[in-house]
Amino acid sequence: MISTIKGSILLENGSIYDPCKNKKIKGSVLLNNGIVKEVGKCSPPKNVKRVNCQGKIVAPGLIDIHAHFREPGREDKETLVTGATAAFSGGFTRVCIMPNTNPPLDTPESIRFIVEKSADLPIHIFPIGAITRRQAGLEITEIGEMVQAGAVAISDDGVPVQNGQVMRYAVEYAQRFNIPVINHAEDIYLLNDGVMNESALSTQLGLPGNPDIAESVMVYRDLEIAEFTNGRIHIPHVSSSRSVNLIRQYKNKGVQITAEVTPHHIGLLETKLTQYDTNAKVAPPLRSEKDREALIDGLIDGTIDCIATDHAPHTIEDKEMDFIHSPCGMIGLESAFGLAHTVLIEAGATTEQVIGWMTDGAARVMGWELTPLGIGSPAEISIIDPLEEWEFTKDHIQSRSKNSPMIGMIFKGRVVSTISGKYVFGKHLD
Amino acid sequence: MPTLRNKHLMGLEHIDSDDIQLFIDTGFTFREVLDRPIKKVPSLTGKNIVNFFFENSTRTRISFELAEKRLSADVTNFSATLSSLNKGEGLKDTIQNIHAMKIDCIVMRHPSPGSCLQLSNYVDSIIINAGDGMHEHPTQALLDMMSLQEKFGRLKGVKIAILGDIIHSRVALSNIFGLNKMGAEVMLCGPPHLIPRNIEEMGVKINTDIDEVIEWADAINVLRIQRERMGLGIIPSIREYRNYFGITQERLANHKKEIVIMHPGPINRGVEIDSSIADGEQAIILDQVLNGVAVRMSILYLLLGTEEEMST
Repeated sequence: MISTIKGSILLENGSIYDPCKNKKIKGSVLLNNGIVKEVGKCSPPKNVKRVNCQGKIVAPGLIDIHAHFREPGREDKETLVTGATAAFSGGFTRVCIMPNTNPPLDTPESIRFIVEKSADLPIHIFPIGAITRRQAGLEITEIGEMVQAGAVAISDDGVPVQNGQVMRYAVEYAQRFNIPVINHAEDIYLLNDGVMNESALSTQLGLPGNPDIAESVMVYRDLEIAEFTNGRIHIPHVSSSRSVNLIRQYKNKGVQITAEVTPHHIGLLETKLTQYDTNAKVAPPLRSEKDREALIDGLIDGTIDCIATDHAPHTIEDKEMDFIHSPCGMIGLESAFGLAHTVLIEAGATTEQVIGWMTDGAARVMGWELTPLGIGSPAEISIIDPLEEWEFTKDHIQSRSKNSPMIGMIFKGRVVSTISGKYVFGKHLD
Repeated sequence: MPTLRNKHLMGLEHIDSDDIQLFIDTGFTFREVLDRPIKKVPSLTGKNIVNFFFENSTRTRISFELAEKRLSADVTNFSATLSSLNKGEGLKDTIQNIHAMKIDCIVMRHPSPGSCLQLSNYVDSIIINAGDGMHEHPTQALLDMMSLQEKFGRLKGVKIAILGDIIHSRVALSNIFGLNKMGAEVMLCGPPHLIPRNIEEMGVKINTDIDEVIEWADAINVLRIQRERMGLGIIPSIREYRNYFGITQERLANHKKEIVIMHPGPINRGVEIDSSIADGEQAIILDQVLNGVAVRMSILYLLLGTEEEMST
């Protein structure tokens, strides 16, 4: 659980990795009352608490730019406090939260509510404001006021901005405030009430299919808008091979576009649904092996910038409904590194790359300059054991909700401890 | 008594051909019972069956109820479309409550695909799927196959066309699973956008020209076209549908061949099929209805029956 550390602590013998410079050094990190004092060769005081990081990687705290914490409105699913704990336990020290709460975060007042309520939490929470009022897709919000209040991006995530003109207005207007516009890319008409990937399997299961073109058609529209306006669009949870191909084309043309992929889309397949497991029902849906491979290729060749969880808590009652009515989404903060690392190492990536996609890559999407282990600044550290094999169980879940289809999976690689200022999480530091 | 490999009848996808044949053959045994003056046997005396219908049904519900009563089971009907069950309201709670009253078998129709499988996680009764959304309707497919076997004496090698709105049809899907296993040849026909992509992967042929299909087929299973789909931009009009996909008097007259016409009902006369055809000599639609009761008796008997000899 979360505890606080006072005094000096020395993380010694680890390999210290800076993903921004892609530099790795052997050495130690000295913290005092949660502040970084020395890095590399340290001269610790006598009463220092020594933590042996032999075989571990001392990396920046992970960053998730896409999570749902459900507060205000559905505190029975998640709160800022429980969401922050879930994130912290998974190695994250910064999380951007989506505005599809009830009411949605579509005013500077609601953004301020989040900022004030999360001020004392162990991790940094960055609210994302809605693109349109009530996320209704019609009128753009007070984007400037929301940014001033602390919003770091705008998104109607959960629902797409279906109207192309509204999207154009939002992207052009948001340029004035230099924040990304994140559009949930699914054409609702092509989606056609689909509840899983449209495929031979959806036919056999009798489940309405959501075709990959529902995503790629909307991605294509947004890529064109990005090129036309020279605005900043970020494409969340890319799920299909078609979308990856389009994004690659536009990136090669030099269009300002960024994209993320979730651990579940690179780690799970539509076949997870053969027993109608509602915990694996997610939007966009889990797809085929071909799509999964394309997403991984996209990460490795730089088409996709980062990994984000789309952590989406739902109650047991919600997930025990029938498949059609059960809501989309799965939690992911606690399993994110384990799943992503397992899958990507298998695909030939390095642990350092995975760390990069979950720190530097995410920060760049948001336009943040990271200075990992900056002397004099509060610590944001994840300590990673790249070799630990572990089974992900319900006991690892800190979220208020337990809707994870990852329960029972064996992962390789784990964040063993997280440090954020004076707060720590993890057995390694006890 | 012969034994089945599965405890439930959720669908035909996971039932093997021996069990399908057993359901059909036992169905013919019960057909004889239905020809007697007293159409009742004591096979399921003391068994409790609840018919859960979360979707409108007349034909299937009555067919099940008759089958259950003719096997002397105790029957309770629960129809949720009329009650206060809201969209998505806990299926689990409703079912667990009723199950707590000790039920041997649940016959369920539900609009959500996979709901029978989900149900099996909550209760230990025997479950019979009476239709789960667009997924399966195994008892309909079994009665269709029984009727085909009655007509042709076999299923292997028989050429069956399924015509209509394939993509929304659980009757089509269960028939495809079943007929494939029994060695029949299956061809699908209908408006191209109402035939699922990738469905050839299930080992069926597709031809959207109804006249070619009529030339090919030994039997055509004509699906009901939901009137709700008319005029929503999915099917342009009744006249156009009839023109390209309807089993009309004129069309059949042009083909000088014997062909068996089936329909799962209820029929939209004058839409997917002309009245004169539905009531004509080629149609076996009412045999299907009778076989429906017989095959459901067979299913209930085989899933719920005890070791005692069937009293016939």
